[in-house]
Amino acid sequence: MEWEVVIGLETHTQLRTNTKIFSGASIKYGAEPNTQACEVSLALPGVLPVLNKEAVQCAIKFGLAINAHIAPRSVFARKNYFYPDLPKGYQISQFELPVVGKGAVTIQVPAVGKNAAYEKVVNITRAHLEEDAGKSVHDLKNNSAVEGMSGIDLNRAGTPLLEIVTEPDMRSAAEAVAYAKKLHELVQWIGICDGNMQEGSFRCDVNVSVRAKGTEKLGTRREIKNLNSFKFMTQAIEYEARWQIETLEDGGTIQQATVLFNPDTGETRAMRSKEEANDYRYFPDPDLLPLVITEAEKDAVKAQMPELPEAMKARFEAQYALSSYDANALTTSRDLANYFVATIDAGADAKQSANWVMGSLTAKLNAVDTSISESPISAQQLALLLKRIGDNTISNNAAKQVFEAMWNDEGSVDDIIKVKGLKQESDSGAIETIIDEVLAANAAMVEEFKAGKEKAFNALVGQAMKASKGKANPAQVNDILKKKLTV
Amino acid sequence: MINSSLKQLGDMLQAKKISSVELTQTFLDRIKLYNPSINAYIALDEVKTLAQAKVADARFSAGNAAPLTGIPIAQKDIFCAKGWPTTCGSKMLANFIAPYDAHVITQFDSAGAVNLGKTNMDEFAMGSSNETSYFGGVKNPWSFDRVPGGSSGGSAAAVAARLCAAATGTDTGGSIRQPASLCGFTGLKPTYGVVSRFGMIAFASSLDQAGPMAKSAEDCALMMNVMAGFDERDSTSLNRGKEDYTRSLNLPLAGLKIGLPKEFFAEGLDASVGKVIETAIAEYKKLGAEIIEISLPNTGLSIPVYYVLAPAEASSNLSRYDGVRYGHRAAEYTDLMDMYNKSRAEGFGAEVKRRILIGTYVLSAGYYDAYYLKAQQIRRLIAQDFVEAFKQCDVIMGPAAPSTAFKSGEKVDDPVAMYLQDIYTISTNLAGLPGMSIPAGFAQSDDGVSLPVGLQIIGNYFDEARMLNIAHQYQQVTDWHTIMPNLDKPNLEMPEGKV
Repeated sequence: MEWEVVIGLETHTQLRTNTKIFSGASIKYGAEPNTQACEVSLALPGVLPVLNKEAVQCAIKFGLAINAHIAPRSVFARKNYFYPDLPKGYQISQFELPVVGKGAVTIQVPAVGKNAAYEKVVNITRAHLEEDAGKSVHDLKNNSAVEGMSGIDLNRAGTPLLEIVTEPDMRSAAEAVAYAKKLHELVQWIGICDGNMQEGSFRCDVNVSVRAKGTEKLGTRREIKNLNSFKFMTQAIEYEARWQIETLEDGGTIQQATVLFNPDTGETRAMRSKEEANDYRYFPDPDLLPLVITEAEKDAVKAQMPELPEAMKARFEAQYALSSYDANALTTSRDLANYFVATIDAGADAKQSANWVMGSLTAKLNAVDTSISESPISAQQLALLLKRIGDNTISNNAAKQVFEAMWNDEGSVDDIIKVKGLKQESDSGAIETIIDEVLAANAAMVEEFKAGKEKAFNALVGQAMKASKGKANPAQVNDILKKKLTV
Repeated sequence: MINSSLKQLGDMLQAKKISSVELTQTFLDRIKLYNPSINAYIALDEVKTLAQAKVADARFSAGNAAPLTGIPIAQKDIFCAKGWPTTCGSKMLANFIAPYDAHVITQFDSAGAVNLGKTNMDEFAMGSSNETSYFGGVKNPWSFDRVPGGSSGGSAAAVAARLCAAATGTDTGGSIRQPASLCGFTGLKPTYGVVSRFGMIAFASSLDQAGPMAKSAEDCALMMNVMAGFDERDSTSLNRGKEDYTRSLNLPLAGLKIGLPKEFFAEGLDASVGKVIETAIAEYKKLGAEIIEISLPNTGLSIPVYYVLAPAEASSNLSRYDGVRYGHRAAEYTDLMDMYNKSRAEGFGAEVKRRILIGTYVLSAGYYDAYYLKAQQIRRLIAQDFVEAFKQCDVIMGPAAPSTAFKSGEKVDDPVAMYLQDIYTISTNLAGLPGMSIPAGFAQSDDGVSLPVGLQIIGNYFDEARMLNIAHQYQQVTDWHTIMPNLDKPNLEMPEGKV
């Protein structure tokens, strides 16, 4: 029997606000434990939540970005459960009426093996605002007073999150990861999340089930919690799907459960079953009024929205005559797109810039794991380099040397060309002289060419280039040589 | 002096006939004398209190005193006050010192009022007799073997016994008005959202509202001028601008339409209480009011609805008391769950546990729709009853409590009988309306003791100034509100009222 894997994602994106979702405490990462825990974070008796408007604007931005319904009225609800790092004994979230309703994200699934790349639409069920819990730190060390005990750090408690839930639309780990990557880019693109997965700013829960291909009914799902790397996501889904299929093929059944992925073993392991699941006793939080979003508020956010990747991609194709592939690659991140546009603003040719940005520059950046916003070569410098190619000051080959020197911070484009003596010879008289000398010195090759050996021509070009120490404009060398040989 | 109005005290302070330190000391001395038997206060701090009085006196010298500057006020122990024990009447918070001020406390501090101490209350404001307090019951100053009502029982006894110039209370289902009726003073529960709940320990968030407990309507108006006002730290606080609650006190009542809900005079009301209310209504007729019989048909549902919604919210509000960060933690436990179980089992009293259980049950999967959701629907019907009623009348009157003060221990084993104490007050909380109780006379108990009776006045949303006017006009022609219990010889004879 052929199996089909069905995957849906719930992603917790930490919003880039200045303060917590229901208090004025800072959400900066990495502070000393409990130094960012105000009365509200500590859930002292008598404190009350006050909604951070910045968080709401983030939610509206996301809703607009995925073309979703933004609820004119949504409701905060209490999710009740006991845990030491949940200071109130309940989490303020949204349940029946979330702020963002149905929307969609278009993903590009890359080619895998002999399967070609393809585009797919993933439907978003909802996105809702909620607060994060604090952190439990188990088995404390380096402090004799609390050695071996568990500590609670409430710095993170109350950090604003937008939980984004998809329909079970994905059918492979590749699709799930493509979606997660797309979402990861999008939330950074619109500026609502810093995307830092190590710090937990972007965490995915993945629901996986399997069913016989061609059937409608969904299988029983198991939820893989808290995946914070795309690599682990691939491994976890593949392991989980395989495990479910094997279990069913062996005559077993799947129990609904929450599972954790262990990166060391590459396996998923059940954390708790459905029977052990909490009854969260959701009810509307009486401390907060329903969240009302007016058309005017939506319009105000819309006015601040950056151009979205899809729109930018279409514009790049139309405005710069880029291929769909190039336009897509250049709009995978806002920083990359901004860099590309900055080179054009500085006078670079679009196609040439696209080639360099996606080629040499990306390769260099990847090699040293640096983001484009921290590129040692600025967009303006790169544009100048491309200009020197365009105005025939340097050859493409020389440009590569200049680029390398720029990367190593050896000076400006023009200084490097000067110091390295890379200026190209474009004086046709000088080139003619060199070619005449080459032809005289290589009579045998000339004879071969005339006898029909095309290869001899290239050899002569090479000789001429060598004689010019690489500085001659190759196109001119070609032209002049051709003329002289065919006369 | 102890029976002077807030205005009279303010005038004396302003004229420097007395200093705030002297006035405060007078009350502290009375507290020292009588509190051991009444148990109205559960936290006193003479040093802090007198320091505030000194600051107040300096304000008079500097010429920047406000109407309540230098006046000693008792604070219900539900309000967090920085540096003060804030227990909410519970063992759970017996050792909790608040590190911040509630909005109400800040308001009194800015006004220059003096915090006399924290008053006893039913545990987490759950009770109608003050008997659920971890710190013991409170005596009704009119009859020491009786309860003062609750949950604001300590504040009620303190006001009635003149152990403070005025006090604060909170009212979730009648916790200001029922004790005001049982102890014979003036208490006001404002419209929901008028007084900020920030720093007020939550019982049932959608019902809790703080208000003044004082000798007269005029005193309550002055207290409201301090307590009320928008606070951005409470999302349910209403931004309506500052009001002067004394502005209408002296308006005549001619033409006032008073609605008497027939459901408030039906079975369950003590005849002796009913008689006092009738006499009070007659007095209003004399003042020019027109009496209209109205109906609030869903009154009977208010108690069941309340005992679904309030426990539901409470069960969640009280989850934070888990022994992890502050409050009571069991001395010994084997693991996390054991720590939760023991700490909460030891820290909470029986009534609180009962309500947490009810609340947890009604919110549980499979029961939510039948209980919580249904109760919310009926809550809207109850509010609608009032909307209809206020089409016919300006104000609604009736008893504040079905009986006079009952004996300590009488209803502790019968929660339902206890819950029925709030039959006339709960519906206004459910509707979010303002309500007050004013002294209307005395009724004799079966054992021959004369006990105060309160007349309830229910107004439309934000009609507090008018309600205070209506109460004040009554208090101009009666003197029930000036009669004090004899604490050395608690209530043996019928007090002489003027009516």
